Amino acid sequence: MNRELHYDAVVIGAGVAGLVAATRLAQGGARVCVLARGVGSTHLAPGTVDVLGYAPDAVREPGPALEQLAASQPGHPYALVGAGVVADALDWFVATVQAGPLPGYGYVGGGLELGGRYPSALGALRPSALVPVTMAAGEAQQLGRLCIVGTPALRDFHPSLCAANLAAAGIDARAVPVELELDRADANTLGVARRFDDPGWRARFCARLAPLLGGEDHVGLPAMLGLRDPFGALADVEQRLGRRVFEIPTLPPSVPGMRLYEILSSALRAAGGRLVLGAEVVSGRWSGGRVEAVVTRAAGHDRVYAAPWFVLASGGFASGAIELDSHWTARERILGLPLRGVPPAGEPRFVPEYASEQPLARAGVAVGGDLRAEGADNVLVCGAALPGAAPWREHSGEGIALASAFRVAQVVGELAGSPAEATA
Amino acid sequence: MTDLLELAEHESPRGSLDHCVKCTICETACPVSNVTPLFPGPKYAGPQAERYRVGGEPSVDASVDYCSGCGICTQVCPQGVKIAELNARARDALKRDRGVPVRDRIITRPTALGRLGTPAAGLANFALGLRPARIAAEKLLGVHRDAPMPRFAGRRFSRWARGRTSPATGRRAVYFHGCGTEYYEPETGEQVVAVLEHNGFEVVVPSQDCCGLPLQSSGLFDDARRTVLRLARALDGALGGDPDTVIVGNATSCTLMLKREAREILGLEDDPVLKRVSERVYDICELLLELHDRGELRTDFQPVHETVAYHAPCQQQGHFIGKPALELLALVPGLEVRELTARCCGIAGTYGLKAEKYEIAMAVGRELFGQIEGSGAGSVACDSETCRWQITHGTGRPSAHPIEYLHRAYGL
Repeated sequence: MNRELHYDAVVIGAGVAGLVAATRLAQGGARVCVLARGVGSTHLAPGTVDVLGYAPDAVREPGPALEQLAASQPGHPYALVGAGVVADALDWFVATVQAGPLPGYGYVGGGLELGGRYPSALGALRPSALVPVTMAAGEAQQLGRLCIVGTPALRDFHPSLCAANLAAAGIDARAVPVELELDRADANTLGVARRFDDPGWRARFCARLAPLLGGEDHVGLPAMLGLRDPFGALADVEQRLGRRVFEIPTLPPSVPGMRLYEILSSALRAAGGRLVLGAEVVSGRWSGGRVEAVVTRAAGHDRVYAAPWFVLASGGFASGAIELDSHWTARERILGLPLRGVPPAGEPRFVPEYASEQPLARAGVAVGGDLRAEGADNVLVCGAALPGAAPWREHSGEGIALASAFRVAQVVGELAGSPAEATA
Repeated sequence: MTDLLELAEHESPRGSLDHCVKCTICETACPVSNVTPLFPGPKYAGPQAERYRVGGEPSVDASVDYCSGCGICTQVCPQGVKIAELNARARDALKRDRGVPVRDRIITRPTALGRLGTPAAGLANFALGLRPARIAAEKLLGVHRDAPMPRFAGRRFSRWARGRTSPATGRRAVYFHGCGTEYYEPETGEQVVAVLEHNGFEVVVPSQDCCGLPLQSSGLFDDARRTVLRLARALDGALGGDPDTVIVGNATSCTLMLKREAREILGLEDDPVLKRVSERVYDICELLLELHDRGELRTDFQPVHETVAYHAPCQQQGHFIGKPALELLALVPGLEVRELTARCCGIAGTYGLKAEKYEIAMAVGRELFGQIEGSGAGSVACDSETCRWQITHGTGRPSAHPIEYLHRAYGL
């Protein structure tokens, strides 16, 4: 016995990119296993699908802007996957959420045609191509008079700050603090979301809030409208308050992000894919220019997963999959794959202005046009591990994750089906 | 030298706390803090409180006693922080500081309880079923009157094992059966032996006792260390120097104790015998799936026309090997398997037996019980015995180790 298992494809990482790549591969008939050190970035992100918000000016029509970006930046992930794949990936995503475990819950918005802008917890307007239906009524163009509701118990959401910044942007917004009986000192939106699953609690919440409302036609709440049936909770609260209601993304834990994880991991299960959580991949077993197997740290001993194809969806600097050591050397930690976009030795990695374009920001695993890693013929890369993008400036993170994951599964299908690879 | 010391610290549970970026993913998954404010959650009680815990000084936080030790926080942490292990150590410090209830000294010793109860099984089972006796036990000892209690089988698995010899095949497996199999569910052990022998293993059953997990999870570390090292020596002796012999167990929390928890939580990383044993240990489903992957598992299964719900218990998930039982059950023709996604049944070994924690454990289990009731399954497969008892207690549905379904499908 050698603690080794064989799959058709092994995916490293359980964020949006990893779960989507694995689901697509499994839907194509492959036996797929996802290996992840822990839960991925879904729980930390707003739960929106941001495709292209700034390029570098504010983008109104993501589709054409994306084609322009691809033409001017050939190393950008969108240039590698192509605009058509982005559109297909978004369509698949919308359909997958709709068929998922949360009744009525879906993603809506202008997509590639017309990007919407939705209030953030700070009262800025964030551009997103698609948002959960629970956020839809917050689209800035449709907002009339608005009140932002918060509760002092939620220390990371300040309705007056949010409303003041929205007012400065020309939106008629007012803050309404409401007292909630939360029996713990460390209340967060997740705790409240679990209460919102209970219709009785929702009714009491609305009864307490309703008298505080004035002539506003819209009510913005921190994103906490429940985990089990957020669509039902939204409809219930809108009906009780007689106003359009929408969620505003919060600091982690992200309730909409948790819903997204539930939806995507459920799609993976339905397609027959496996998820091994807690299994940190620590190294690869190489044979020439191919990875034969990867090694995970399981309890007591290492466990080996062999496959003809590997998908690296491990994230970038934020997840720790790419790291910069104290000698200012950047490396991909799992397989030691070559990076692209790292400034040459002696050049600055960072510049003092935090919000500026940082020299290291676009570093990632070097890939060819088919997203195969340089130096590893059977390793494909997707999501935040890709070079050439600055998602937090572009507001493009989920768009890149979805489209590159979608493309990776296509490429594996094409290569696995080709005679040259079949005999390799 | 300083570098090496720093490195060692960095890899230890305490060293891992500096990897915490306060992302709250552990908080989203903690089954206990989700149902009670008595436990403030893994992030607060783990990496955050750990900074205030100074060796030799009084324990700073009593709430860590409400952590059930399920280990889900460690499993979901994307930064590799050993949250549950930090909490377990803090609980030990707390108990040393404030003392251990008599109850925790009793219910954490399954070997002693089993030896006492087995000869008088009829009487013991009768007493455990008596309401006044349970109320008295709650008042005197703090064991909740409604908590699920197993029934003594009245016979010991090891007696059965001693009376037979496994045919020599050249492929040996040392069977670690654990206390649940020994005193309460000897038939599960017989099924394990039959399935292993059917697949060409010569099964060796050495004399063995508890793994020390109940002691460890109640914060009785010194006793836990003695207990697990005694077990490790017994199993090591049975390996007989053959490098291909594996140790296999069906009690998934106890195999995890041998693989990882004793080393990481009890600080026994350097014990050479425990290390050798921990590297050889397999969970039974892990072993069978690997056998299947090699094309060496017999698949002469007869159809089983049933629907079964499968729950992977927290401690099984702590092996970091996914859910091998799911893939094995899928091999049985006719068997419809429903994967349950709720993470925890609540019992966490002895946690849910304790009077002050029983209601919490039941609240934790509610999501799982609801999924089981909605699954249309007639029975529940689950790798841990205490979880099975809790599931049956919470749903009224029968539960069994996944091996029971394979055993039946083999027609053994």
